[in-house]
Amino acid sequence: MVEALVTVAALLVGIAFLLALYRFLRGPDAADRVVAFDTLTLISITGIVLIAFLDGRGIYLDVALVYALLSFLGVIAVARYLEQR
Amino acid sequence: MLSILGGLLLVAGAAFLVLAGLGLVRMPDVLNRIQAGTKATTLGTLLTLGGFACLRPDWALKLLLIALFILLTNPLSSQVLAHAAHRAGARQTPLANRVDRLAEDRGDAS
Amino acid sequence: MDSNRSTSAKPELPIGFLPLFATLLLLWILLHGSLSLQVLAIGIPAALAIAWLFRDGLSFVTDFRFRSTEALRAAPRFLLFFFKSLVIANIALARVVLSPKLPIDPGIVKARTRLKSRMGRLLLANAITLTPGTLTVKLDGEWIYIHCVRVAATDIEGATAEILAGFERYLEVMYG
Repeated sequence: MVEALVTVAALLVGIAFLLALYRFLRGPDAADRVVAFDTLTLISITGIVLIAFLDGRGIYLDVALVYALLSFLGVIAVARYLEQR
Repeated sequence: MLSILGGLLLVAGAAFLVLAGLGLVRMPDVLNRIQAGTKATTLGTLLTLGGFACLRPDWALKLLLIALFILLTNPLSSQVLAHAAHRAGARQTPLANRVDRLAEDRGDAS
Repeated sequence: MDSNRSTSAKPELPIGFLPLFATLLLLWILLHGSLSLQVLAIGIPAALAIAWLFRDGLSFVTDFRFRSTEALRAAPRFLLFFFKSLVIANIALARVVLSPKLPIDPGIVKARTRLKSRMGRLLLANAITLTPGTLTVKLDGEWIYIHCVRVAATDIEGATAEILAGFERYLEVMYG
């Protein structure tokens, strides 16, 4: 039962990732891509924790945390750049 | 029991992530995409992290830390991004009764 | 081990320093999940340095009115209200995104907040971003510019003020 639910969730995360990826590739503006990138990051965090869970490795949680941190800084930096252009 | 709840939370969260993706694809302009993206990813991620916390209670503290971080930073980054997008003059959908007080106050004709 | 050095500067410490130091250290210990000497040997000096550098900075912990019991009571209510709004926001969003016609009518409206503190305003802006159909675009002093998925045809400003008031009720007591 639980395995089935985790599998369904993994599939849904994959679909969400592809949808956001479509927007990332399609654009059309730089801002659209950054929004898509931000969304991709958040979806990936769930993905990373999912891998941590499947592998039973708690250390991957730190990866997810640092990933969240870096993406936040990244989005802020790019937004600042867009603003000043 | 707890693991079933965890699994259900996981699926619900993932469904909201799909909703975020759909919102990104379907919404017609940047600001609306940000609206869809932030709300759905925030709730979705909180739910999936909560689900994992149910599946692995020993990870709960660290998952809570990640959730807290996302809850505080995600709206902030979309706010900065929304302002940047608006400022850079990203295209918006032309609609009949469109109000844009920000553009009015800044003095640019939209 | 390094804590002796900095206590000498105590008289001029601003109020925000200690809570910030405590939060940072707690976060660091949570991150490691252990209380070993190594963890503390790095954590304490680092937390001291950061707390010192950002002593005048903004923090949702240090600006909180811990001394007011009203604020302590308002905080969980705010959280409850916030999560309720977040869920409602997502259901509303799902309705819009999943309906074939995509019923949106976006616009940017302007609203004035009665909150005075910077932290209160920031949390208000964040809360607005995560609640039904609204997204904070700019925070300019007491003015908040809000992007709405659906602008009400009549009385735009009134409808927005109502959204603000829902959160301000709690944040006013918590941060001022």
